Amino acid sequence: MEVMLAVLAGLLVAGGAYLMMSGRTLPYLFGLTMISNAANVLIFGSGRLTFGKPPLVPDGAKTVEGVANALPQALILTAIVIGFGLLVFALTLAWRSYEIFGTTEMDAMRAAEPEDGV
Amino acid sequence: MLLFWPLVIPFGTAVLTLLAWRSVEAQRAISLAGAVALLGVAVAILLRVAGSGPFAQQAGGWPAPFGISMVADWLSAIMVFLVGLTAVAIILFGMGETEAAEEDQGRHALTHALLAGLCGAFLTGDIFNLYVWFEVMLIASFGLLVVSGRREAFDGAVKYVGLNLIGTVAFISGVGLLYGATGALNMADLHGRLASRGGEAPILAAAAFLIFAFGSKAALFPVFFWLPASYHTPSATTSALFAALLTKVGVYSLLRVFTLVFPIDGTPIQTVLLWGALLSMVVGALGALAMTGMRRVLGFSIISSVGLMVLGLGIATPLALVGAVFYLLQDVVVKANLFLGAGAVRRLTGSEHFGRAGGLWRRWPWLSLLFLLPALSLAGMPPLSGFWAKLLLVQATLASGHYLLTFAVLATGLLTLFAMARLWSELFWAAPPEDAPARPAGLPAAMLVPLVALTALVVIIGLNPGPFIDTAIVIGEGLLDPAAYVAAVLEPAP
Repeated sequence: MEVMLAVLAGLLVAGGAYLMMSGRTLPYLFGLTMISNAANVLIFGSGRLTFGKPPLVPDGAKTVEGVANALPQALILTAIVIGFGLLVFALTLAWRSYEIFGTTEMDAMRAAEPEDGV
Repeated sequence: MLLFWPLVIPFGTAVLTLLAWRSVEAQRAISLAGAVALLGVAVAILLRVAGSGPFAQQAGGWPAPFGISMVADWLSAIMVFLVGLTAVAIILFGMGETEAAEEDQGRHALTHALLAGLCGAFLTGDIFNLYVWFEVMLIASFGLLVVSGRREAFDGAVKYVGLNLIGTVAFISGVGLLYGATGALNMADLHGRLASRGGEAPILAAAAFLIFAFGSKAALFPVFFWLPASYHTPSATTSALFAALLTKVGVYSLLRVFTLVFPIDGTPIQTVLLWGALLSMVVGALGALAMTGMRRVLGFSIISSVGLMVLGLGIATPLALVGAVFYLLQDVVVKANLFLGAGAVRRLTGSEHFGRAGGLWRRWPWLSLLFLLPALSLAGMPPLSGFWAKLLLVQATLASGHYLLTFAVLATGLLTLFAMARLWSELFWAAPPEDAPARPAGLPAAMLVPLVALTALVVIIGLNPGPFIDTAIVIGEGLLDPAAYVAAVLEPAP
């Protein structure tokens, strides 16, 4: 199970990195989304993976053995929510910059750093 | 409750400015009042730390390490104080602006959200919570960059957003790995758990992610490209706030995490930090020489300053840490002063580009001094604040036998002096262009007061560095031996 998740995370990073290197805003954001999902998978794996064992503490006991740690899942949830907000902003920014510059090529946007240096 | 006020006040102020959406005047008044209140709370925290040492407060009353701890030691308390000081300075400066194009689009609310993020990042004792505060800062800074709606601002924002989001992903990955390896997120708790495990592979992998994340926040080589692309595009007040504090959060996080959490002595972490620092110093200093706009020159000088601070952390001797901390503290004031100075130049001449502005020295000699002094401090000229910071770092490199780094610090100083001299001769000394537009008579008082106060602070620290260096020594000792910090968090208050 861990190996499967590790391979999945690797594939997501590889695909994401490929898209991000295209130099265009929209593929860049899609690639970034894939990489942030790879990060979520990584954290998911760090909390131990078990089949069919809910992390419920039995009556009378203080701790519970052999179940997955639920905290990393809470961390992922936070990261997903934050990541979603950032993605929505970034998509809006990509759209506005396309409207302004007429291109999605990031290297072609030179309003802040003009080639002649002025 | 004291440690939660630096969060409550800015968030509350942000909401109040939104409620006053229709009146820019009301927003300005609320915004300034909020900043002054934040400064007041920061002073209260500082006094308590000075009186009885580091202290912690637990969110929701959950005991550490299970709940989220807010901790104030000397470093955190002073950083929060500097946030308050910078906030008052930039909001006051912004009151002198005539065009309200940004302010009626919610700049004040975004500014205070950013302040809340900064205070949270400086005060939190939990590494996942630090990630959350980074996100608060990030989204507020995105908004501040584009709120003007100007063409170049959108260009800068695309680069800034794109590169900072990668740092975010690295941060969360590092935190996840760290939790997987240790089962802890509270930094004081992590300190105990990692004490003898510094060289293990999962720990080093987590450290690598975190160096990348904090490095890209701090604009450390080679992940600094977002800074020169964006810092000159927003309004003067926003870029002063960014320059004074945003990169400092990255440096602060490096200082905190790689002293308190990870033992770095003799690990590859140290090598990475030193090379990053060295190359940042050189690239920043050379980049500043190639630029032809005031804030673009200053933007590259931020990168070389960050290199100098990280250098102190990388050497990791007590003296080097004192140098890094002292540099960090005085640089907040210097950078705020310089970027507000750029705003003043723009206000007076209508431009900040070489060849389109000039003649400031002849017409406004006293105002020019308000730029000259912090610029010389940045270059490390005695007797200004930057000189003492560089002196400490040079001594630290000599004492630890890193002679290449000594040379790099001195060469960076020389190149920065050259860059500042070039700025001075192009913008202040040179004759104004023939087609220069009609100029205002001078600066409004709202702009003058923060500039004078910040410059005075640079001179005071420079002429009387003793107490400030003593404070930096206390902070450096606290970083090297965090026993008091750990005890404040993990042992419940009597």
